[in-house]
Amino acid sequence: MGLLDQKFENGNVLITSMDGLLNWARLSSIWGMQFGLACCAIEMMATGASHYDLDRFGTFFRGTPRQSDVMIVAGTVTLKMASRIKTLYDQMSEPRYVISMGSCSNCGGPYWEHGYHVLKGVDRIIPVDVYVPGCPPRPEALMEGLLKLQEKIRHESLAKKPAA
Amino acid sequence: MTPQEIIETLRSRFGDAILEAKTEGVIDPFVKVSPLSLKEISHFLRDDEKTLFDVLMCLSGMDYTGGKLGVVYHLHSTSLDHKIVLKTEVTAESPHAASVESVWKTANWHEREAFDLFGIVFDGHPDLRRILLPDDWEGHPLRKDYAVPEFYNGMKVPY
Repeated sequence: MGLLDQKFENGNVLITSMDGLLNWARLSSIWGMQFGLACCAIEMMATGASHYDLDRFGTFFRGTPRQSDVMIVAGTVTLKMASRIKTLYDQMSEPRYVISMGSCSNCGGPYWEHGYHVLKGVDRIIPVDVYVPGCPPRPEALMEGLLKLQEKIRHESLAKKPAA
Repeated sequence: MTPQEIIETLRSRFGDAILEAKTEGVIDPFVKVSPLSLKEISHFLRDDEKTLFDVLMCLSGMDYTGGKLGVVYHLHSTSLDHKIVLKTEVTAESPHAASVESVWKTANWHEREAFDLFGIVFDGHPDLRRILLPDDWEGHPLRKDYAVPEFYNGMKVPY
């Protein structure tokens, strides 16, 4: 346990702030909702598999939005799928975060010019916290996106409401 | 049978329903038929023991510019091992073609795709509705004169 084991010197008494404790708890177990739409889903599966392990960050994929903290939108967002994404995002309970993985969900990707059926970026319908560029992003890039999200959560405060 | 023999069999049986046929200078020899006789010709091609086309490999919609749409059928016979291409042409104002779904079941979804993307209506299809685009989409995108809509259900479509 990298964060805490240096603090247990004076008889197992830990002093921290409420913010620090809550944020540490939240960032160490970000449960993701599996939302693989297209090719980026394969890279997300590769990141979750044994070589580039996501489980060591406390992440494992839940099938339902009700139990997840982060929705990793991996793949092309078509207009037909967009209404369903909005429904699923609304079903997630707060605090909730969104990682947009790959070019298609960042900005429309290779379909930006002629794609009449593609939503040019998932941030047109839901608020995104972290954008991971790539087509598809390498597993290390997705892990860096997750770590950036952890940084963001580390600096949150109970006094300020997170941006909806 | 060679493509030329298949075409001659069709011509001797159906005569003036065969509008055009070409075997030289093209990758796939094709036969162009009128859209009204399509069902009869398809039944013949599947059931006659000299042709026996039991597999519809692909059904594609086409937009030949100038207000003309078309359908292209790629047929293959697994027992006799020969192939032929069937083509029809319809107008954009009245894009009706006969459905071959009762002849080859593969045509069920292929005709739904041609309807979805080109607007070709297949008469006799049991369940003709959009397959790829959302059900409330307006327009048929693969036509050459299609204009991308500005908004769809409140979402901006162009970049």
